[in-house]
Amino acid sequence: MTQTTVQLNPPPAAQDDAELVLPTRAKRRFTEVAAERAIEGLIHLCGVSAILFVFGIFFFVFREGAPYVFGGDFKLGEFLFSTEWYPTSMGNPRYGVLSLIVGTFSVTALATLIAVPFGLGSAVFVSEFSGDKGRETLKVVIELLAAIPSVVWGFIGISVMNPVIQNVFHAPVGLNVLNGALLLALMSVPIMVSIGEDALKAVPDSYREAALAMGATRWQMVYRVLVPAAKNGLLAAVLLGVGRAVGETMAVLMATGHAINIPHSVFDPVRTLTATIAAELGEASAGSPHYRVLFIIGILLFTITFIVNLTADLAIRGIRKR
Amino acid sequence: MGAVFAETALTRRKRLTERLAQGILGLMALSLVVPLVTIVAYLFVQAWPLLSWDFLTSNPIDGMRHGGIWSAFLGTMYLVTASLCVSAPIGVLAAVYLNEYAEDNWLTRMINLAVVNLAGVPSIVHALFGLGAFVLFAGIGRSIIAASLTLAIMTLPVIIASTKESLASVPRSFREACWNVGATRWQTIRRIVLPNSVSGILTGVILQVSRTAGETAPIMFTGAVFFKKIPEGDIFAYSLTDQCMALSMHLYTVTTQVTNAPHALPYAIAVALLGTVLVVNALSIGTRVYLRSRKKW
Repeated sequence: MTQTTVQLNPPPAAQDDAELVLPTRAKRRFTEVAAERAIEGLIHLCGVSAILFVFGIFFFVFREGAPYVFGGDFKLGEFLFSTEWYPTSMGNPRYGVLSLIVGTFSVTALATLIAVPFGLGSAVFVSEFSGDKGRETLKVVIELLAAIPSVVWGFIGISVMNPVIQNVFHAPVGLNVLNGALLLALMSVPIMVSIGEDALKAVPDSYREAALAMGATRWQMVYRVLVPAAKNGLLAAVLLGVGRAVGETMAVLMATGHAINIPHSVFDPVRTLTATIAAELGEASAGSPHYRVLFIIGILLFTITFIVNLTADLAIRGIRKR
Repeated sequence: MGAVFAETALTRRKRLTERLAQGILGLMALSLVVPLVTIVAYLFVQAWPLLSWDFLTSNPIDGMRHGGIWSAFLGTMYLVTASLCVSAPIGVLAAVYLNEYAEDNWLTRMINLAVVNLAGVPSIVHALFGLGAFVLFAGIGRSIIAASLTLAIMTLPVIIASTKESLASVPRSFREACWNVGATRWQTIRRIVLPNSVSGILTGVILQVSRTAGETAPIMFTGAVFFKKIPEGDIFAYSLTDQCMALSMHLYTVTTQVTNAPHALPYAIAVALLGTVLVVNALSIGTRVYLRSRKKW
């Protein structure tokens, strides 16, 4: 075994033949080397493209909103903390997004509250309790659940959930925070399950064996050993689900009732940041303050989801480090 | 003697909690299956009166209250194909870079972070980006091209992630063997890594088709229109610079804007959209299960 020299590191990218002293190797033609260089250049370019696109998104969305931000009429405090959203008022248009932020926050919070126990519970079940057959079936179902388009969820909100909520809770309108939250919960559960399962899988089997050998039941093993060991990954799973819920557009546009107000109960209709952009961008004339404010809301959304995803990523990285 | 093995209060409680925990967690998992099945079944039952081959191949008529979904269906096909033509090559090459070339340095960390964040950008922000960058800045105008490019950037991170996973599943010893006979990196990738992971890459890309077909927000302001009349049965009816209808947008329009539509119509559109998405999905899942069972290493 010791006599064979195994090359464990890859050779440097597209190198010249002169450096390689392998006797059997034929001299490569210039065109071949050039083609290889070209394709490797392309691969590098594609590799960094993701960074370019993220900056591009920020730049181009900001570019449309910027003239209003620096135009003099824009006050950040008023924009963030005023509940007066009257973008089409003739004499005195006002752009306060507080009710929209509260709308997004209330729907997302309720959705998270519903989705976390189901998502993490299913993740634990899939990873620790179900047999191989059950695991495969559940994973397929969860994948299909994730594949249902958001506009179909919105339609389900209008056609199925709306009458159900009216009848069960005797609510005056069925398109409200609860409806949107139920849909968002169903949409974010698949992410929580798959990321949560990954996190549990990442816990070494020796932890499980040690716990079981000491006489713990499987449930004791889960909540005394696995959950503490995987808590970063589980946190990331929840955060990514939240990120999805914050950014969801069509389902909340159709199912939350589209009324701009601060909700007092889960049966009040609200409107979210995303729904406002989707509903009003078509009507706002290009270049008007209203149009530019919608792009600023886009930047606000971008920032929120960026922070949420960054936190999730740091949490996941925390596991890998250990 | 027997008393040693008799169940004590403690072990009984342990056993009961175990049962209870397993039952509750199982119910939670089951509660994901139930809505999926009921909702799909309900939509299908409601849509049944309208579902036919004609529904797929005829245009909407009478203010979108009657007729079929041909122009919307064809539009969706155009958007999916065009966006895939852009996102698949870039995504696969980016994954090759990350898995085969990238060293563990700050640039790679930045790229990975960018991919994660790109995946998390809300779809409506992608719409704003598409409008700002492609429609207005690049001057393409609202068209299939602009909408597809927007969709392509949106699907890119998922293609990168799935491709990376299938590349990483090719054992390192395959590469080492190839390097040892004197192949360069690219030759190794071209002859060994890609052929051994192509099935996984394809599955990921197919899965992406279904996601793209369902998206609404990113195309709303970049190329999809409420209504457009095209010749029936002609699959080349749209040109890339046209605006088009799309199934997802059509469902939104008929549900929220069209009054007095027959009860079954939105259900039928939803089933057509869901059908397209789920069939493609099932295809991809089936391929994956089959390939995994055949894997030799």
